[in-house]
Amino acid sequence: MTERARYTRTAVSLHWLMFLLMATGFSIGAYMADLHVSPLKVRLFAYHKWIGVTVLGLALIRLLWRLVNRPPPDEPMPRWQQLAAHSTHWLLYALMIATPLVGWLYSSAAGFPVVYLKIWQLPDLVHKNEALAKVLVEVHGFLAWTLLWIVALHAAAALKHHFFNRDATLRRMFSWQGPKPP
Amino acid sequence: MKRNRLALSGTLAVALAFAAIAAGDPSINAARSTIIATFKQENVPVDASFKRFNGRVDYDPTKPNASKAAIEVETGSFDMGTEDYNAEVRKKAWFDSATYPKATFISTSVKPGAAGHFDATGALTLKGKSQTLTVPVTATQGGTTMVFEGALEISRKYFGIGDPEWNDVVDDKVRIKFHLVE
Repeated sequence: MTERARYTRTAVSLHWLMFLLMATGFSIGAYMADLHVSPLKVRLFAYHKWIGVTVLGLALIRLLWRLVNRPPPDEPMPRWQQLAAHSTHWLLYALMIATPLVGWLYSSAAGFPVVYLKIWQLPDLVHKNEALAKVLVEVHGFLAWTLLWIVALHAAAALKHHFFNRDATLRRMFSWQGPKPP
Repeated sequence: MKRNRLALSGTLAVALAFAAIAAGDPSINAARSTIIATFKQENVPVDASFKRFNGRVDYDPTKPNASKAAIEVETGSFDMGTEDYNAEVRKKAWFDSATYPKATFISTSVKPGAAGHFDATGALTLKGKSQTLTVPVTATQGGTTMVFEGALEISRKYFGIGDPEWNDVVDDKVRIKFHLVE
């Protein structure tokens, strides 16, 4: 593998696409949870689940892509900042996979299968179990809120690099040139 | 009030017909039996069970023509696994369990098929409306008891179950599966 100065277009696309999906999915999830039973609630649950399944799929693709296409080297910064940045990135990957996965588990335990895009019924991961469902919905919410705060931290760090350090950390995530030839 | 009296007299007639067959001696072991309705919301199949029912099936393999069945189900015992949904389906727009606490199936004729199979024709009464249906039933000897299994499909709209605002979200067709153990 070679050192690259920029992210691949695939990496940039996945980054921003997943950001939009997660922001939408989170907002719908936070809004729908306390709604009274209504057709709107049922629809929002369906859309929330479709977004979650898409995020799960894209997170796995993105993880594989990252393992094969090494990201560009860090901008110059203290060692502790590098460590913090990389830990945050891996935590984001873990949460992007765990949050929808626990949501899917919760859906199965609650007795509502996931039918992706109203077409494909995904297998139930566990049998219907009310007690388990109650625990899983709490875990799902906790993971989602943790993801929100880690995303906020990640964004704050990117803005700090852009406005205070004035380096290319944020700019290169907007670069559409693709990686330079080695 | 006229409608209420009509509903009451209808309920009485059904109760009498039920009593004629069940004769105060329900043969179904409700604790070991299940009656499950599967409906689809946003194409997601959801199973919900009736927790309280009773009834009687008179079946003699040597005289299948003389078989009789009467089943009575408490509409208020419909359990989707979540109390807010359970409360919703008990409302006027759905089962209206306060006015129509019971749904019944009472056979009028039985047509034997292959060994262990028969078609039971009878009236299904739900929310004050009756429909004549033919239900294919499989009878098997399970140890010392008989087990009757089968499924039927009904139209929600025919029985006036569900506010029209739900029609885009919840399918009209509802499948009812029963597993009755004596």
